[in-house]
Amino acid sequence: MNKIWLVIKREYLTRVRNRTFILSTILLPLFFIGFIFASAYFSISSQEKQKIAVDDSNGIFKNSFQSTDLITYEYPSDVNADNFKEKGYSAFLKIPQNYNAGGDSISLISTKQLGMDAEEKIKDQIDDAIRNQAFLKNNIDKKILDSINKINEENSYQFRTVVKQGNKTSESNSGLSYGIGYGSGILIYMTLFIYGAAVMRGVMEEKMNRIAEVIISSVRPFQLMIGKILGIAAVGITQLLIWIVLIIALSSVTTSIFTANALHHAQAMNTTIGAAGNSSAAMNFLNAKSTFLSANWALIIPCFLFYFLAGYLFYASLFAAVGSVVNEDPQEAQSLMLPITMPIILSFVIMTTAVGKPDAPISVWASIIPFSSPIVMMARIPSGNVPAWQIIVSMLSLVAGFMVTTMLAAKIYRTGILLYGKKVTFREMGKWLFRKA
Amino acid sequence: MAILELQHLKKYYATHKAVDDISFSIPEGSIFGLLGPNGAGKTTLLRMITGIIYPDSGDILFEGKKFNPLDDIAKIGYMPEERGLYKKMKIGEQALYLAQLKGMSRRDAMKKIKEWFLKFEMESWWNKKVSDLSKGMGQKLQFVTTVLHDPKLLILDEPFSGLDPVNSNLIKDEIFKLAQKGTTIIFSTHRMEQVEEICNNIVLVNNGKKILDGTVKQIKDDFKEHIFKIGFDQLPESFSSSAFDIVDSKENSFNVKIKDGNKPANVLQEMLNHKAEIISFNEVLPSLNDIFIRVASRKN
Repeated sequence: MNKIWLVIKREYLTRVRNRTFILSTILLPLFFIGFIFASAYFSISSQEKQKIAVDDSNGIFKNSFQSTDLITYEYPSDVNADNFKEKGYSAFLKIPQNYNAGGDSISLISTKQLGMDAEEKIKDQIDDAIRNQAFLKNNIDKKILDSINKINEENSYQFRTVVKQGNKTSESNSGLSYGIGYGSGILIYMTLFIYGAAVMRGVMEEKMNRIAEVIISSVRPFQLMIGKILGIAAVGITQLLIWIVLIIALSSVTTSIFTANALHHAQAMNTTIGAAGNSSAAMNFLNAKSTFLSANWALIIPCFLFYFLAGYLFYASLFAAVGSVVNEDPQEAQSLMLPITMPIILSFVIMTTAVGKPDAPISVWASIIPFSSPIVMMARIPSGNVPAWQIIVSMLSLVAGFMVTTMLAAKIYRTGILLYGKKVTFREMGKWLFRKA
Repeated sequence: MAILELQHLKKYYATHKAVDDISFSIPEGSIFGLLGPNGAGKTTLLRMITGIIYPDSGDILFEGKKFNPLDDIAKIGYMPEERGLYKKMKIGEQALYLAQLKGMSRRDAMKKIKEWFLKFEMESWWNKKVSDLSKGMGQKLQFVTTVLHDPKLLILDEPFSGLDPVNSNLIKDEIFKLAQKGTTIIFSTHRMEQVEEICNNIVLVNNGKKILDGTVKQIKDDFKEHIFKIGFDQLPESFSSSAFDIVDSKENSFNVKIKDGNKPANVLQEMLNHKAEIISFNEVLPSLNDIFIRVASRKN
């Protein structure tokens, strides 16, 4: 036990002190948070004001286009596609006589891209105008039309979904559980590969450097293997915890700045006319935050940590076994890894189904079978309706699973680690499984 | 007393019998040579003795008791033929790690490392990485890490390969010092001329089988062919004698084989009768290499 501890300590310290580890651990969350907030920030605060000249030869859109503080529509008669820039317009919208029924296309001419957001808004205005036109043409009263249009406004009602099991009810949000499920699935998928490959490379390094023989004249091969696996697990957990702490800290700091900013922005806008778009962006953000907190984190976080760790343990020893039989040729590793990577990739594919259909038979089965359960179960748990017995069975079989894989892998490992210069086939490895030491 | 006793050890691999029923014992405090050509089964034997692999059958007794790898490997130091160290780990930390794996406390290990580093003039290496060392320096470090924990049994597989004569002698001297302090040393090599001067006892293996064992003196005695080399000031005319046959003649010497029933004195007597000017007279003992070749070809 003492010796395993020494091995764990070495594996942990040499990795954690490594410059690449420190950089990636600190930079990744910064990058992540920076990316999210940069995109959110730019989508709200840095929209350019557009002034659009409309050439409406039919005259039907004249009264329909609603100017907002970001996009204003004017109908000058002396502006055309060639001179709109000089006249101070950012774009020229040409609506030809035969725009409908497959006639000429409506074109928006500008000197540079207006951006997707602005283009969408202009298109919405055109759609609304055409629809209103159609209603009016069919003798629908203007007053009725206005009242119908009012109903369609955003935020005229609220929608919530509640999951009721027996007498327990809980607010649910499919979008959020989809996001969390997908996110945790991907994260576990990636960590299986990242840390699994780290185990494999570590074993290969020991074999290539020929230190393996020196070490196992002091410790049992199993102790060396399990020490390496646990040491790297500790590295993974360290990295994960640092990420969680950094992301929470950074996001709460950034959120408070951002929220204050957005509210301020919204209030300022409210004094002017038609600020609905912006104030709702800020509100959406606050809503999203409270929705985010509504997820069952007390279940999700412990389960995530469990599946992260147990899933890693399940696969790590297999990666170690592959590392032990590989010689100098990295291509050999590729082909030997196939039986390990296939189930992981398959689990990922099932996971993409399971987030959408958490109760489909394939999702249920894949979340219980140890090969795929680490990735698939985490996709189901956020939905909130996984029965407790399924989680328990899944966890127990995963624990049993990693004990079995570790035992089998150890048998391959102890032979492979001392074998040089020979290409090992799967058949030979099969024989090693049934041989005494 | 034997520190190590091997009884009918066998280790078969799919394609060949790496060790096929080998028994011998190693006296405590001796310098013991395990000799044989490449592929004879030496490394497999050593791996069984160090508990790295288990024999298919047969027993290993360590200090008179059944060998228990978990406990006994702490008393063994093993330097494999293929040297191995972590290339990117600092040398001091690495030595400390390897010593602790052998069960030493951190404090004892530090003390020992400092002692040995001083002795081998390696003090300034502590923060260097193995990848910064030359091959010879790496060998020295490897040797130090093998003996740090004061093993009772020190196993060296081809310890001099890749070493220059200066470092070779440095390590040879340390081996003798350790032997004087009572460490038993197993010395495995295919270069038999290296061990004649170092080892007291040897075992010769070939194709997984033991072909010979005993003390070096005993073996050489057993295989001597009663050949003497006689040096002359001036080579006499060749002549025949009832006491010996001339088996080889060189510029200034004859190699003669004494006939049965005769003694070296009879040879000298005859030489003097022929007025030969003798300046030297030595017995020619076979080298271990010669003996190996003779025995191996006889067995085949």
